[in-house]
Amino acid sequence: MESLVNPLSGGIIIGLTAAAYLLLTGKVIGISGILAQALFSKDRYLPFLFILGLIIGGSAYGVLTQQTVPFPEMRSPILLIISGLLVGYGTRLGSGCTSGHGVCGISRLSPRSLVATGIFMTMAILTVFITK
Amino acid sequence: MRALITFITGLAFGLGLAVSEMTNPAVVLGFLDIFGDWNPSLIFVMGGAVLVGMVGYLIRSKREKPWLADKWYIPTRRDIDHNLVIGASLFGIGWGLSGYCPGPGLTALVNNPSEGAYFMAALVAGSALFHFQNHRKSN
Repeated sequence: MESLVNPLSGGIIIGLTAAAYLLLTGKVIGISGILAQALFSKDRYLPFLFILGLIIGGSAYGVLTQQTVPFPEMRSPILLIISGLLVGYGTRLGSGCTSGHGVCGISRLSPRSLVATGIFMTMAILTVFITK
Repeated sequence: MRALITFITGLAFGLGLAVSEMTNPAVVLGFLDIFGDWNPSLIFVMGGAVLVGMVGYLIRSKREKPWLADKWYIPTRRDIDHNLVIGASLFGIGWGLSGYCPGPGLTALVNNPSEGAYFMAALVAGSALFHFQNHRKSN
């Protein structure tokens, strides 16, 4: 039971964040999209601030507390580069990632997000099955 | 005001990722390994996030416009096209290879910098490739 407290409270924080952002700004949170805006759009300022906040929030907590599972040792750069290219290109082509499709899209029962989430979960599970 | 809210939203989102241990690719790979030593905890991350998110969309449906903006900017497309299917497939393979999706990749720049640097440099390159391909098409 205790092991469920962190995942559930983390998920609730993510959901509250998505709901607050929606009701305040009218926008959906999608990290891949916000990152692309911070890099390539003309209005970079707000997306850049969001990304900066995410990096600070996501790393500060890890510094302050003990992780139950250690971070992986440095893996092969080739693996990380192939993975990054696929995630970078795939999330733009498919218009979203785990946050935009997986959390916000499913919350509003978007058919595109339900399909996309089903596909990327299946492909990720198969990839782990094959490479492990 | 908008700048502050955007920054705090990013901060809270990152905190949620870290509390749930989504920022650790070892945990994510354990969750994706359903045929092996499966760690189901991330179901509760997504379940919790989606349930709370749904309340947000319920409140939204009763309001004409957001508190700090003139209109809603919610995606309206409903068609399932090739790009969606191929894009989601490529993303899924990439996610399964390393355990990083974009949010945790960003936090890895601090949490696990040597891995984060390779992953994020490639992610930006992949994203840029798509951007310039489409920019050329639209000209």
